[in-house]
Amino acid sequence: MGGGAAYENDLNFKATELRLGLPGTGCTNEEQAVSGAKNNKRPLLETREERGSKEKSDPQHDDQETDPAPKARIVGWPPIRSYRKNSLQTKKAEAEAAAGMYVKVSMDGAPYLRKIDLKVYKGYPELLKALENMFKLTIGEYSEREGYNGSEYAPTYEDKEGDWMLVGDVPWDMFLTSCKKLRIMKGSEARGLGCGV
Amino acid sequence: MSEDDDRSPSPNSITDDSSQTRTYTTGSGPGPGPGSSSVLEYLAPCPDQVLENVLENVLWFLTSRKDRNAASLVCRSWYRVEALTRSDLFIGNCYAVSPKRATSRFTRIRSVTLKGRPRFADFNLMPPNWGAHLAPWVSAMALTYPWLEKVHLKRMSVTDDDLALLAESFSGFKELVLVCCDGFGTSGLAIVASRCRQLKVLDLIESEVSDDDVDWISYFPDTGTCLESLIFDCVECPIDFDALERLVANSPSLKKLRLNRHVSMGQLHRLMVQAPRLTHLGTGSFSPSEDVAQEHLKPIISNCHKLQIFWVLDSICDEGLQAVAATCKELRELRVFPFEAREDIEGPVSEVGLQAVSEGCRKLQSILYFCQRMTNAAVVAMSKNCPDLVVFRLCIMGRHRPDHVTGEPMDEGFGAIVMNCKKLTRLAVSGLLTDRAFAYIGKYGKIVRTLSVAFAGDSDMGLKYVLEGCPRLQKLEIRDSPFGDAALLSGLHHYYNMRFLWMSACNLSNQGCQQIAQALPRLVVEVIKHEDNLDMDENVDTLYMYRSLEGPRDDVPRFVSIL
Repeated sequence: MGGGAAYENDLNFKATELRLGLPGTGCTNEEQAVSGAKNNKRPLLETREERGSKEKSDPQHDDQETDPAPKARIVGWPPIRSYRKNSLQTKKAEAEAAAGMYVKVSMDGAPYLRKIDLKVYKGYPELLKALENMFKLTIGEYSEREGYNGSEYAPTYEDKEGDWMLVGDVPWDMFLTSCKKLRIMKGSEARGLGCGV
Repeated sequence: MSEDDDRSPSPNSITDDSSQTRTYTTGSGPGPGPGSSSVLEYLAPCPDQVLENVLENVLWFLTSRKDRNAASLVCRSWYRVEALTRSDLFIGNCYAVSPKRATSRFTRIRSVTLKGRPRFADFNLMPPNWGAHLAPWVSAMALTYPWLEKVHLKRMSVTDDDLALLAESFSGFKELVLVCCDGFGTSGLAIVASRCRQLKVLDLIESEVSDDDVDWISYFPDTGTCLESLIFDCVECPIDFDALERLVANSPSLKKLRLNRHVSMGQLHRLMVQAPRLTHLGTGSFSPSEDVAQEHLKPIISNCHKLQIFWVLDSICDEGLQAVAATCKELRELRVFPFEAREDIEGPVSEVGLQAVSEGCRKLQSILYFCQRMTNAAVVAMSKNCPDLVVFRLCIMGRHRPDHVTGEPMDEGFGAIVMNCKKLTRLAVSGLLTDRAFAYIGKYGKIVRTLSVAFAGDSDMGLKYVLEGCPRLQKLEIRDSPFGDAALLSGLHHYYNMRFLWMSACNLSNQGCQQIAQALPRLVVEVIKHEDNLDMDENVDTLYMYRSLEGPRDDVPRFVSIL
């Protein structure tokens, strides 16, 4: 897995850089190329700081080296034979594979949550269509540059690191492994997820 | 070929009529054969010889190892006769005695049980290739036990060559059981399958089997087998299902079948149709998610009134254990394994489950319980409610974790167990424990034979209490506890009575271990270094010592030094 470090390198710093100049002039071809890269993220401004503090306090974040010593893995403890541990891990993986990948879907303004199985869909178009049907709304088409402009709503998701991303930013397979939950935001809020302002 | 070729043959043995040979010649062929004297002795029978014959006839029926060992100590004559009439050879530590010595003393063995590595090796506490090789044993037995029928191995290193030699040497071979073994692969299994025509039992339990791309199941003879038990759930390699189906169809005596995870439910159904006589069935492929297991299990458990042995994952939760307690009044053995073996999660089972089981399953004899949190109260309750407990193994997975309600060490709980469970012979402790817990064990654990300790105790006194107080202690395994040389030395009077002592990540020094080695010449004192720490510094990573008639073994790897 790429891990936090990889994401750091690919952050689009230019987008959040404070400069003098007209808005929109920062989006060069270079950035467009970057935004097409696999690991590109478009995090909401506020979540970046949240993420910083969250990582420090999250003791189970495998990617970081912040695990304090008492929680570090000890050889041979608990005393389970590797055969049994391995077979359980295989069982767990198989169970997850068999059981589907259910994520909660919330919509701003809707009274309750829904759950969908991401495994059922082959790609973004199918997923978006399903969401449209489920919540009786139109989401419109995704564009890398402008997200879901032209629609009242934009589908977003929370990834493994707790950041809110626009659905469609990353390749489908990566989305499957990193999506923890979905949230259909009202368009105005969602526009803050764009690379420009 | 007669198995008694060390006795001079009598003229009448030419006829091979066993009824005629019974009175004065050696027995022949499989099965107990009375009489062991030669013709000369018959012509002038002395009372001693008659007595010996009588003894031999009687001792054939003595099956208990302990009784046999006692009988062999009476006098030379009894020693000789006992050796002739023993058919089951049990060797608890393959390095305690050499193959040559064992096969010279016991000449009519039908079944051999050999144990190798110490148990903590299962948890990666020992570098690989430490030893416990089957090779010298199978070579010796190939020469001296042509009628060998059963081999049971635990924690031994077995190679494909060993299996080949075994398959070739013992024409009447019936039973192979490999528990926690490694070093062999599907090619070795194929040889056993094809050559051991009398094979009734092939049980592979928690062993590591390498995938040599050999379809070993198809090597069983097409014409039919005598198989009664086939267990291979630990074999990770895919198998050819058609070959398995044919095998099951060709094995009319098959009663026990445990498959690996490459057999699907649909395939399992097909097999069951072919084998209606099955009494034991194990599926390696059924892997429900946690939630499903809970819902499905409770209604099933509520019907299992006669259940005696139950091994389950902790995804059953305390609620599931309460259901077990409500229904399984005949339960003798319970093992609760962790689905997620981590220290830092809440955990689905706790003192609630243990308390419930103690109240519902009064006939409990053996328990292994992994959990994240526990209280002294629940452990005390079990000590009072289950007086038949022989084995009590509690693993609180968080190291040094106290009673989560009172904040106290778990001393009182384990103390109650040794105090109240008068039949207890095996104990494994965990959680926050002070020297007081060990004082209890030393004071009340008078028949404890096996003790496992991890991350426990305050000082040398802890170990001293145990070594001085437990006269029946045979197997002691300790890790990550603050016991040092002084404690080690306090056990000098007892180490010859023990099968082994294991101490890793304690406070031992080379000097202390050296003192033991010098004081007790019949003890093999192995200091095992972890492979990344091969400098000779004063601290001992791991001490493994055991009594032996043979002195230092000759197959020592470089990370082991024998003092």
